[in-house]
Amino acid sequence: MKAAPQSAAPARRGFEPNWPARLGWALLLLYVVYAGSRLGFTWERFAAGLEHGGRFLARMFPPNFERWRLLSDGIVESLQIAVIATFFGILLSLPVGLLASRNLMPPWITWPARGLIALCRSFHPIIVAILFVKALGFGALAGIMALIVASIGFISKLFAEAIEEISLKQVEAVRATGAGFMNVLIMGVQPQVLPRFIGFATYQLDSNLRNSTMVGIVGGGGIGATLFTAYQRFDFDFVLAILIVIVALIMAAEIVSGWARRVFQ
Amino acid sequence: MTAAPAVVAATSEGDSRALVIRKLRKEYRPGVPVLKDIDLAIPGRGMTAVIGPSGTGKSTLIRCINRLVEPTAGEILFRGQDLAKLSGLALRQARRRIGMVFQEYNLVERLTVMENLLCGRLGYVAAWRAWLRRFPRGDVERAFELLDAVGLSGFATRRADALSGGQRQRVGIARAIMQQPDILLADEPTSSLDPKTSVEIMELMAQLAGERDIPVIVNIHNVDLARRFAARIVGMTDGAVVYDGPPGGLTDAHLKRIYGGESWLE
Repeated sequence: MKAAPQSAAPARRGFEPNWPARLGWALLLLYVVYAGSRLGFTWERFAAGLEHGGRFLARMFPPNFERWRLLSDGIVESLQIAVIATFFGILLSLPVGLLASRNLMPPWITWPARGLIALCRSFHPIIVAILFVKALGFGALAGIMALIVASIGFISKLFAEAIEEISLKQVEAVRATGAGFMNVLIMGVQPQVLPRFIGFATYQLDSNLRNSTMVGIVGGGGIGATLFTAYQRFDFDFVLAILIVIVALIMAAEIVSGWARRVFQ
Repeated sequence: MTAAPAVVAATSEGDSRALVIRKLRKEYRPGVPVLKDIDLAIPGRGMTAVIGPSGTGKSTLIRCINRLVEPTAGEILFRGQDLAKLSGLALRQARRRIGMVFQEYNLVERLTVMENLLCGRLGYVAAWRAWLRRFPRGDVERAFELLDAVGLSGFATRRADALSGGQRQRVGIARAIMQQPDILLADEPTSSLDPKTSVEIMELMAQLAGERDIPVIVNIHNVDLARRFAARIVGMTDGAVVYDGPPGGLTDAHLKRIYGGESWLE
């Protein structure tokens, strides 16, 4: 290679090095190593755990469907909790998400709406379920209320973000025809966000199904109570039967979601 | 300059359909006017073209008329109302009678062609009807007739995002005409289209508006198209009107003043 005259000048850089980002990654890595060392993970503990786990799994087989009545009652109740909570959760999330969208609403409306969403998101559904069990007593109602709160916290935020990403040109054109606010929403906003809303709604149904199998542990109704009792009585073969049915339910929901998304594409 | 006499002419003729703009000022940032106290009278029939370089306030001017942009000061007199002072219901009712065609068509992409046309009737239709798509039968029939008129027969159930640029603009024009407007505003309606389609779109707009005797204000930076279709040309530069008169009176000296420089004229 002949040294060209311009090679004397320093090579021009096409990309600026991003030092803050590099520093951030380095700090994250350091913290993970530090936190891992503090928690006392050792190889021996891991090996012992594997052995326990092996015995536990061995006792689960074969799954025991003898008490199928108890199982089906619990699953049906969980399904009801999930569907009802998703329905009302989404119904309430629609206005909350709209009020929280900063491109259509003034700040004095979006801030309280965002505050409500943040409040609903602050606690895990199980903690909310404990509150509702204390307030409303044992049973499916407490579970439903807990999952409605969780749905609002999650879905309104996604709804608001979807609304904030719409094309305002389309909205502007509808507004220019003299349409009132509701008509602008119906013909200018809703068509742009509907497919994404359907996606979020099916995702939330999926999420609520999984959570509805869990709220029973704290008394919120559904299969959770049965599952928890089976664990405590060391009926691990029954536990496996319940788990298999839950997996089947989630898979069935996945199929239904995929179908719903295609219909509303 | 002919701007001031034109105002007098349009108003003194008693043209009750004219649009008269007085001392219109728009500042997006305080102290930096985009429109500098514009005085203008747009006649109540035929096509008026507003020409000028990009960023000179043509679009702001046209958007002040239907208040997609809020004017800072001034009056916009049309059919006995000052459009600049309206708000709420009165503004929406005024907008119903002002059609608008956009540079990027601004169709609702996921709606069908028919639904986009019916958007032109949203100022008259209750929300539950719009939601259930139960538009008055007469509106739907008129939409079909307009689709035939713009050469899109058989496209009613196609989705807007499946159309070409020229087809979309035809839908945009049909949507504006669906409003049965008293005036049609067109903001660079041909800037996203190829030259042949541009001419077709201008012809269509001139024809549909002409048949219905709707005055048209069109922003356009293609001087040839403006000369060919407009009965009146308003030249703007730097937020002010520097030419207002018939296409025949528009000389190279005017164009130099409007666009600056001269090498592009050769």
